[in-house]
Amino acid sequence: METLTRLPVLVPPPAELPPRVAALRAEVREFLAEELAAGAWRPRADVWLSGWDERFSKELARRGWLGMTIPTEYGGHGRSALDRYVVTEELLAAGAPVAAHWVADRQIGPTLMRFGTEEQRRRYLPGIAAGECYFGIGMSEPDSGSDLASVRTRADRVDGGWALTGTKVWTSGAHRAHAFFALARTAPRDEGDRHAGLSQFIVELDSPGVAIRPIPLLTGAHHFNEVVFDGVVVPDELVLGEIGAGWHQVTSELAFERSGPERYLSTFPLLVALLGELGGREFDSGSRRELGGLVARLWTLRRMSLAVAGSLDSGHAPELAAAVVKDLGTRFENELIDVARVLLAVPPDPGAEGGFARLLADAVLHAPGFTLRGGTNEVLRGIVARGMGLR
Amino acid sequence: MSELEDLAESVVADGMSPGDGFDAALWATLAGTGLVRLTLAEEAGGSGGTHADATAVLDAVGAYGARVPLAETDVAAWLLHAAGLAVPDGPLAAVVAEPVIAGAAAHGEVAGVPYGRCAAGVAVLAGSSVVLVDPAGAGVMVTEGANLAEEPRDTLTLDGAAVAVAAAPDGAARELALRAALARAQLLAGAARGALARSVRYAGERVQFGRPIGRFQAVQQQLALAAAEVAAVRAAAGAAAAAADREGFDAAATALAVAAAKARAGEAAGAVARIAHQVHGAIGFTREHDLRLVTTRLWAWRDEDGAEAFWQAELGERALAAGPDGLWPLLTGGP
Repeated sequence: METLTRLPVLVPPPAELPPRVAALRAEVREFLAEELAAGAWRPRADVWLSGWDERFSKELARRGWLGMTIPTEYGGHGRSALDRYVVTEELLAAGAPVAAHWVADRQIGPTLMRFGTEEQRRRYLPGIAAGECYFGIGMSEPDSGSDLASVRTRADRVDGGWALTGTKVWTSGAHRAHAFFALARTAPRDEGDRHAGLSQFIVELDSPGVAIRPIPLLTGAHHFNEVVFDGVVVPDELVLGEIGAGWHQVTSELAFERSGPERYLSTFPLLVALLGELGGREFDSGSRRELGGLVARLWTLRRMSLAVAGSLDSGHAPELAAAVVKDLGTRFENELIDVARVLLAVPPDPGAEGGFARLLADAVLHAPGFTLRGGTNEVLRGIVARGMGLR
Repeated sequence: MSELEDLAESVVADGMSPGDGFDAALWATLAGTGLVRLTLAEEAGGSGGTHADATAVLDAVGAYGARVPLAETDVAAWLLHAAGLAVPDGPLAAVVAEPVIAGAAAHGEVAGVPYGRCAAGVAVLAGSSVVLVDPAGAGVMVTEGANLAEEPRDTLTLDGAAVAVAAAPDGAARELALRAALARAQLLAGAARGALARSVRYAGERVQFGRPIGRFQAVQQQLALAAAEVAAVRAAAGAAAAAADREGFDAAATALAVAAAKARAGEAAGAVARIAHQVHGAIGFTREHDLRLVTTRLWAWRDEDGAEAFWQAELGERALAAGPDGLWPLLTGGP
């Protein structure tokens, strides 16, 4: 028989966490239980967007759980990405407030280690590992969302640096963060190579010429911002990586962004609250199956996400697998809401202090973002289709 | 692809014969390559391979729609060996049934026997006993049946059939169910991959509106959704096999893994078959096209060895028993 068409690697080989992480996991759980018992915060959905709590971030840092993969010489802990995976999945599963340090810990640290200068590393990494230095993401613009290469923010050469002019949008936490990486055009657009002429700059958000304005979410909550540059001068020492290599740098940053536990655990605290409410009730077999279906999908997603983490940890960049995890994972975050609503007919209550009704409200109202952020699911499927040779 | 995956792929692709029914030529090649009785211990005549190895081989069997009961034979060989019975050469099957055993003779019906008509032996788990039946022996009548993929699923009517009987090992029913479900999930992973590979190829060849249909975003999006399902079932089957290798079938983590893998594989099967047929259009819906070899297997296998409903119910039960504080530890129980 004719041999089947070879498909690209859609999922890396199974990865297992090393036994040493069991002790780390237990420590994190103990800490979270203490925090919950003390009423320091209440479990919420989508905490990595909305749970800004600088005290909590500093507590994590004090325990060595931020900047875990940053080398010790830069104030980090020199641990593996799999150790960090365990800490982050525990925090997200508990619905803990991780937003303040999230971007800095997830992608700024690794990107600075990869593309940053020695001076840039010394300037930012110790603060990131200490839970004191927060970052945003400066990619999207009013006219550039999925088509990121079309960004129009311009960086013009000036004496000793670059002058940035343009507007970034959907920048979570910009009103509280210290800096972000802005993607800007440093050479005129070339239709033959749309990815050329882009560069990244570290912009400190208190620089002269930076204006930050809130863009309230549909709930009215303030997480998103518009960041306007009016001739903001970025000195040469804050150019990230190479001038002209911005596209390559941004896409490698996205590989870290797409397959982590935050891509399938955003609504997990709602499932925990659901089980709390269901305790002691009688169940029909249909309800058990709905619940079991979620467990099967969640277990599988975690194995997929771990496989990608293991692959990243050994130096690969499994772009397709990361896209697949994000597509399936963010759809699962929505499916979990659907099942919760079927199994427990309690109306969502955005005014409640906590509990199922509040978690349901937050989950429903935040759900549109799940399948948009970090690359829309449609764009991700386009990446998978290209990987299979269809485009 | 791993070396074993490459080997299995080439053995199956090169060794398959056209036609219907048991592929004796392919079976002989597989046996000659040591890919039959893959996970059975070497001292019992097996290859002493891992379940991870089996994933690679069953993936090829599923992807090509090979007409050999490789998975069933491996499971049956385990049951016979664990019960202390000799493992016959040739294709085997293992089923649960309740024939009446009197001494060394059996009476009653044994239904749903994979490749029963050509099996060298059928291991029947009958309560606390394991019974080895020779379907070609005296006192056995074979009534032919088939699943959706036209794979033999026969009924043996035993009327004083001579059988070998041994005490079943502890927990045999549970372990048999888990081993069979794991093997079926591994086969499903292969069939899903086979359906996707055929669809990607077809989308690149079939021209409409002046270009290959795979150039249309609507088709690309569907194939990407199918690819995600293929990735999910592959990851689930692979991780469940790793759990079985690491902790054995007695471990709670393995039971969770196998249940999740079979449930997830069943979901993926329906989605992938639907997309594969939609992409292929009318030709895929005909007997002349070989897409049916994998899609009918996806439909048949998702319901064999525990459909989604069965394993989801078990997982739901475990989640309810774990409660709000135990759910996350349940999911993260294994390494």
